[in-house]
Amino acid sequence: MKFGVIVFPGSNCDHDAYHVISKHVGQPVDFIWHRDTNLSAYDAVIIPGGFSYGDYLRAGALARFSPVMASVKEFAARGGFVLGICNGFQILAEAGLLPGALIRNRDLHFICEHIHVRVENDDTPFTNELKRGTVLRIPVAHAEGNYVCDDATLAELQREERIIFRYCDETGAVTDATNPNGSRDNIAGICNRERNVLGMMPHPERACEDLLGSSDGRDIFRSLAATLAAAHV
Amino acid sequence: MITSEQIAAHNLTEDEYRRIEELMGREPTLVELGIFSVMWSEHCSYKSSRIHLKRLPTTGERVVVPPGENAGVVDIGDGWCAAFKIESHNHPSFIEPFQGAATGVGGILRDIFTMGARPVAAMNSLRFGSLDNAQHGRRNRSLLAGVVAGIAHYGNAFGVPTVAGEVAFDDAYALNPLVNAYALGLVRHDQIFFGKAAGIGNPVLYVGAKTGRDGIHGATMASAEFDEEALEKRPTVQVGDPFLEKLLLEACLEAMRSGAVAGIQDMGAAGLTSSSCEMAARAGTGIELDLSLVPQREDAMTAYEMMLSESQERMLIVAHRGREREVMDIFRKWELDAVVIGRVRDDQRMRVLHNNELVADIPVAALTDEAPKYDRPMKKSGESRESRESGERKENPVDSLDSPDSLDFNAALLRLVSAPNIASKEWVYRQYDHMVRTNTAVLPGADAAVIRIKETRRALALCLDGNGRYCAVNPREGARLVVAEAARNVVCVGARPLAITNCLNFASPEKPEVMWAFSEVIDGMSEACKAFDTPVISGNVSFYNETEGRGVWPTPVIGMLGLVEDVRRIVQPGFKGAGDIIALLGTTRADTSVSEYAATILGRTTGEMIKEGRVPALDLQAELAVQKACLGAAEAGLLRSAHDCSDGGMAVALSECCFSSLNRQAIGAEVELADMLSVAARLFSETPSRIIISFEEAALGQIEEIAARAGCQLTVLGHTGGDRLRISADGDEVISLPLAEIETAWRTALENRLQAEVLVAAGE
Repeated sequence: MKFGVIVFPGSNCDHDAYHVISKHVGQPVDFIWHRDTNLSAYDAVIIPGGFSYGDYLRAGALARFSPVMASVKEFAARGGFVLGICNGFQILAEAGLLPGALIRNRDLHFICEHIHVRVENDDTPFTNELKRGTVLRIPVAHAEGNYVCDDATLAELQREERIIFRYCDETGAVTDATNPNGSRDNIAGICNRERNVLGMMPHPERACEDLLGSSDGRDIFRSLAATLAAAHV
Repeated sequence: MITSEQIAAHNLTEDEYRRIEELMGREPTLVELGIFSVMWSEHCSYKSSRIHLKRLPTTGERVVVPPGENAGVVDIGDGWCAAFKIESHNHPSFIEPFQGAATGVGGILRDIFTMGARPVAAMNSLRFGSLDNAQHGRRNRSLLAGVVAGIAHYGNAFGVPTVAGEVAFDDAYALNPLVNAYALGLVRHDQIFFGKAAGIGNPVLYVGAKTGRDGIHGATMASAEFDEEALEKRPTVQVGDPFLEKLLLEACLEAMRSGAVAGIQDMGAAGLTSSSCEMAARAGTGIELDLSLVPQREDAMTAYEMMLSESQERMLIVAHRGREREVMDIFRKWELDAVVIGRVRDDQRMRVLHNNELVADIPVAALTDEAPKYDRPMKKSGESRESRESGERKENPVDSLDSPDSLDFNAALLRLVSAPNIASKEWVYRQYDHMVRTNTAVLPGADAAVIRIKETRRALALCLDGNGRYCAVNPREGARLVVAEAARNVVCVGARPLAITNCLNFASPEKPEVMWAFSEVIDGMSEACKAFDTPVISGNVSFYNETEGRGVWPTPVIGMLGLVEDVRRIVQPGFKGAGDIIALLGTTRADTSVSEYAATILGRTTGEMIKEGRVPALDLQAELAVQKACLGAAEAGLLRSAHDCSDGGMAVALSECCFSSLNRQAIGAEVELADMLSVAARLFSETPSRIIISFEEAALGQIEEIAARAGCQLTVLGHTGGDRLRISADGDEVISLPLAEIETAWRTALENRLQAEVLVAAGE
């Protein structure tokens, strides 16, 4: 089993994701430079947070044209697992691997704080070590995390149970007051129809140690590792 | 022919110009005059402060690189070192708050990675005029919103966590906001780089962003006071590009690892000019540059413009001869320019060519060592009562302000926690990514932030502290108090104070009262730094913080670094559970005449405090005892919480201990303040050298022993528990409030005042 962390110019959570995979998940992991196009050595790739290409045009809008993204599309089509975190989610949406878009937060500010999300579907490669309804405390850190999509897409996401995380309070109640950025239907993370591509705004790699205030994010990486281990048997 | 108008336009005096002619042995060219003007500016030459700065302690067993380089470096064990520095960006932030603050962050980050250190934490210290000021309130609010947005823009995209800082308000800063940016990086002991143009014949490379016409004369702008036309100086402020800086960081660190780099320096203030001649000066060499080779953003730039441009995100690298190709390849990988533009020479001169013409030829020493040094006239400020009586500080100040008979202490506490100087700064730090790099073990809002070092069990504690009010009333005592508070703050999280960086913000040095205050601050700071064994390893002086004749208070800001030996032993301010003992390390005296209580509850202006007030007396030995006791108890693992008792006094500090925080519900407290002071003094006095601690009942004996051994007074105040804060004095309950009410007031005060400005700032 091997993980890869893609590095775009301007990625800045690449080292954090790498650290979690090697230290807390205990699996081999490489950095993948954005000009590399051969992903055949990997079982799962992480598109980390940051400001790819400065995000000056629109978050993720330039990264989707990077050479590695064509390979990521093929990789996903072959069934490889892709986890996009924060800027990674924005890039996946821009690249069309996930539906919808992430726009400026409702209050227009960058927001960095610990929030709560509820696990909406535990039957995915990223959440199988969790239970539906579990509340996770994970930090967010973004200015453009306000998820939008049209009514038909929302209905489809709901029908196909592709909303994986929703913003909630510590008891699991999903309300407008628990929505940090104005996301439609309190969406914090969604997956594709095949369930091998997940995008989420919260940073699970920042919540893998009690020292940092939470280790709730670890189960997401563990789920993925368990999925890969099962696939390799 | 250089005219007197040109001399004046370059902010040089006639005497200074004559000295230039003497050093050159001829009349300088216009390019040379421009070079002298920036190198001899207050900002670059420290001409008014150098003779005073010498009195600061700068050595110690942990000091690896003392002041003089791009940043100071201290040893933190296990082969690791910390490089850190603070720098002001006050003038540009007033003219253009968003970009002024953003480029301040960019500049200080480059100072850190120039040393070979990867930046792992940033902080900032901000001062503005009062948010409610009738005349300037709106502008003050929008300055704050713009500065915070600019810092967030740069730091967040670059990927450095902004982990702590301070935001303070006083009308002296209304037209002179202070924006001080701090950064800290980690570097292996044997991989530190220096800004030296060493090795005769070595190639000089220009790397990073292209040069444009932005920021020309920025250093000169920052070396003069403002008049009502200040905003017309907007073109001297640069525009920052954090994305480019992030690429520059990665490329520079990679080039350094390759072994091809002999020396490296940031092009900050005075850009190409200061970087090249400072590198030559440090190495005792000369340097030759051909400006025709410099990557340019605009057409037909003159030599004068290129030498004085302050375009951001640029570096000068001296490579080992024959290895320049390696450096260029690394920069190409990161899609950055890297061009050989000159050579290191052996003649100790700075030679600048443009279009095959020699446009400047100056002895390096004339720009650096020979720059003017002034012992400016000083005059004790006549106004303050303290200065009239200095030298006869009384043991037991009698001038505490008695509260009006009818004072409702509950209402007073609610007003104090809502005062912008005390209220939660969450509205500010929520906009900063303070968790990226996954090392932040103590988040913003505590006495100091803590950054763990992944490769070791150690961690670093860092904080910024300043107090313009104290320094206005008594600069020497104020400076001692500020250093003591900074040291106490890192002790509160369980760290041993190691070293400081300082940012000295003052008005015009040409005013004898300002210069006197500067000298007093240096002496007070020296004394305190010696007592705590925390040498000054880097810093910055910012003079001319003056607009329309009105200057800022003397405002030294201290960045303290502390070392936590075991990250599992860190302590935080919040109470941990019900039934713990609450105790005070230290002693409360009547110190209310210069305080937040005097300002907020009694309505005293800082000017009135200068006339009538007295800053708290600081006994350095007592302070050391309190710190020793707190640290001893923390390192023994006995403390459940520790919090510095400062602005707003005991009642505010106790409230802050009760408030909720990450993973903690709010917890109430019931305490008795028994002593001979007035109730107002017991609640709101700002006596220094006090720490509120909490611990399990069973630990009382051990903590008493630790305190006794340290020679520190320990007083049990009460217990944690319940959902109210209840404080009694002599059997009367003087404060009893639901915690939720105090916490809501504290948490929402700043945000409520700024609501209107949110949309304006976000539009930047």
